[in-house]
Amino acid sequence: MTNPIFRAEHVSKAYAGHVALRDVSISVAEGSIFGLLGPNGAGKTSLIRIINQITAPDTGNLWFGNERLQQHHLHRIGYLPEERGLYKKMKVGEQALYLAQLKGLSKKDALIKLKYWFEKFEIQTWWNKKVEELSKGMAQKVQFIVTVLHEPQLLILDEPFSGFDPINTNLIKSEILELRKKGTTIIFSTHNMGSVEELCDNIALINNAHVILEGNVTEVRNRFRSHVYEVQFGGGMMDFSHSLGTYGELLSHGPEGSLMEAKVKLVNDATTNLLLGNIMRAVEVHGFREVMPSMNDIFIRAVEESKQEAKSVIQ
Amino acid sequence: MNKILLIIQREYLTRVRQKSFIIMTILGPVLMAGIFIVPVWLALQQSDDSTVLVVDDSFLFTDRMQNTENITFIYTTESLDSAKSALTAEEGVDAVLYIHKDIMTTTKGIQLVYETQPSIHAIRHIETVLSNDIEKFKLAKYGINQATMDAAKTNVSLVTKKIDETGQENSANTEVSMMVGLFSGLLIYMFIFLYGVQVMRGVIEEKTSRIIEVIISSVKPFELMMGKIIGIALVGLTQFLLWIVLTTSLISGSQAIIESQFSKDDLGGQSIEEVMSSNQVAVPQEAEEEVAQFNEAALDDFMKSFDTINFAVIIGSFLFYFLGGYLLYSALFAAVGSAVDNEADSQQFMLPITIPIIFSFVMAQYVISNPEGALSFWLSIIPFTSPIIMMVRIPFGVPYWELALSMAMLVIGFIGTTWLAGRIYRTGILMYGKKINYKELWKWLRYH
Repeated sequence: MTNPIFRAEHVSKAYAGHVALRDVSISVAEGSIFGLLGPNGAGKTSLIRIINQITAPDTGNLWFGNERLQQHHLHRIGYLPEERGLYKKMKVGEQALYLAQLKGLSKKDALIKLKYWFEKFEIQTWWNKKVEELSKGMAQKVQFIVTVLHEPQLLILDEPFSGFDPINTNLIKSEILELRKKGTTIIFSTHNMGSVEELCDNIALINNAHVILEGNVTEVRNRFRSHVYEVQFGGGMMDFSHSLGTYGELLSHGPEGSLMEAKVKLVNDATTNLLLGNIMRAVEVHGFREVMPSMNDIFIRAVEESKQEAKSVIQ
Repeated sequence: MNKILLIIQREYLTRVRQKSFIIMTILGPVLMAGIFIVPVWLALQQSDDSTVLVVDDSFLFTDRMQNTENITFIYTTESLDSAKSALTAEEGVDAVLYIHKDIMTTTKGIQLVYETQPSIHAIRHIETVLSNDIEKFKLAKYGINQATMDAAKTNVSLVTKKIDETGQENSANTEVSMMVGLFSGLLIYMFIFLYGVQVMRGVIEEKTSRIIEVIISSVKPFELMMGKIIGIALVGLTQFLLWIVLTTSLISGSQAIIESQFSKDDLGGQSIEEVMSSNQVAVPQEAEEEVAQFNEAALDDFMKSFDTINFAVIIGSFLFYFLGGYLLYSALFAAVGSAVDNEADSQQFMLPITIPIIFSFVMAQYVISNPEGALSFWLSIIPFTSPIIMMVRIPFGVPYWELALSMAMLVIGFIGTTWLAGRIYRTGILMYGKKINYKELWKWLRYH
């Protein structure tokens, strides 16, 4: 990778009686969107806390750009924690100003930027409202603004979509894409696999304190592809399944409107052309495409595989 | 450093703007001033003029008692019973004064029967006039002239002086010292609790609202803790300062108003301060004569001894011990707040912290009667009890080296508790859902 804005090398962290991270290394390219995935308790939040210097690792090195990760880098990092909150009794504007200043912005700059964001989200009227007067969705918008206000180089979002209604989820997604266009690097951890497919360039999947899968999303999906194809056709099911021969294995079938649809797995090292040739002789093909594994499926498979591996190691 | 200033500013402004702060700031001085002003004001109430019907069986006082601005004397030759019926029947008579014929032998049995209660002043006036006149009669009867009598009058008031090691003598009045000592001890006790608990509440609020996660990505936990502690200290100091300013201006303002409205005659020859101080003292009826004289002398002494108390030292020490005691305990309160998830759970940890504070307040009584004793000495040195106990001792005079030692120990004390609290705080603020006990806390102390 030419320009990793962030690197973790062989990071380990253990709490009393519980290992949170074991020899974890990741590399995040500048200007990319990086997905940090994993089941609950896998160690994602621990790693995120370490990046934000809320806790220190037991072993390992962290790099921000070309330097070791230090306190002053926090001014260039934005963090939206999973458990997020605001001072209930404080006014929105005043509080946003306070948090921005803590991140290193001058009061003047903060006010200008806040104005921009409040207008963008159309929430100018909330400036003098107390946080407790806002609805949950409103508060989430404020939380997001507060996170990105100081224009961080690296934005870390822990479960950014949890608790957001579909409209706000969409809003956040478009903001993330827009920020990426401006050159911001984004790391987000999530269970929402759909968003991973939509947004992420690269991912790392953590289970049981170590990384079990990592790489570019497209490449990973390729890795896990199982050569399954979806065929839409007109004709009889019996004819279709007979035509598969030794090239294909019928996985599922059913009507799709006026046509039939079937999922076929390519077997015995056959090529798609061979299979397609057979099918074309038997039925009228209207559609033929590969079904790429969803991140959801990959997630489940990868976790399963690592469990199996762990078991075999013990045995 | 800049971040700590930001935090201090935020903690200060949010609390100073609260309604509760403003109410407390106004209420305190009003109550304090009220305690001084209201009794005076009541005592001076002479809204009702009294008409007193005098039944003088001794014939010594008829036409002798002069009418004052508010009391009109009517002399009658009626019998006591008919006078009493006149009292109930007529509108114009408020009270009946009965002087029996043996008044030169015994003063017992002089009665004042009233329909509407006369003011304290009217009563006092009548008593003074009667006793003065009876005295004069007796003197004349025994052949002593007034001048001789006056010359013989003696008034002894002890001037108490304290001699310290250098041989210097200072006059001191014990009661005043007691008052000042107890009062400052009480104030420090109150303030430590009041503001220490605010620190704890603030920490718990940040935990429950989860804003702590956001802030912790911008500042170090220790900075947040110190910013909060110092910010709240400033709130306390502000409130204290406002109290002093408001109370003194209220009292002197009211004094001025009262003085302008009442001339000295109405007060029976006393100044406002004298009325105030003599009203504070509850005196049985018979001894009032003596008390009137005693008051004059004691008042002098009272005022004198206020001068001997070194107010500069007291106020300076008060500020130091208030801040020091607060810093010491608020760090512990912050640690407790970080260890729990809500205020209800904090009770179990509050107890060991509040025991030394309450203990020192209870021991204040002992220290007052024994300011030089060994126990008092140690209690004024140990940082957990010294803020209250040393303040109690100071009006009685404390050697400078003891004061210096106590202050040094307090500084070490709060540095120690702050360090300790810092280690607990930084782990506790991110810990949720676990039932914390002392074993846990000990573990946290040792995390790096």
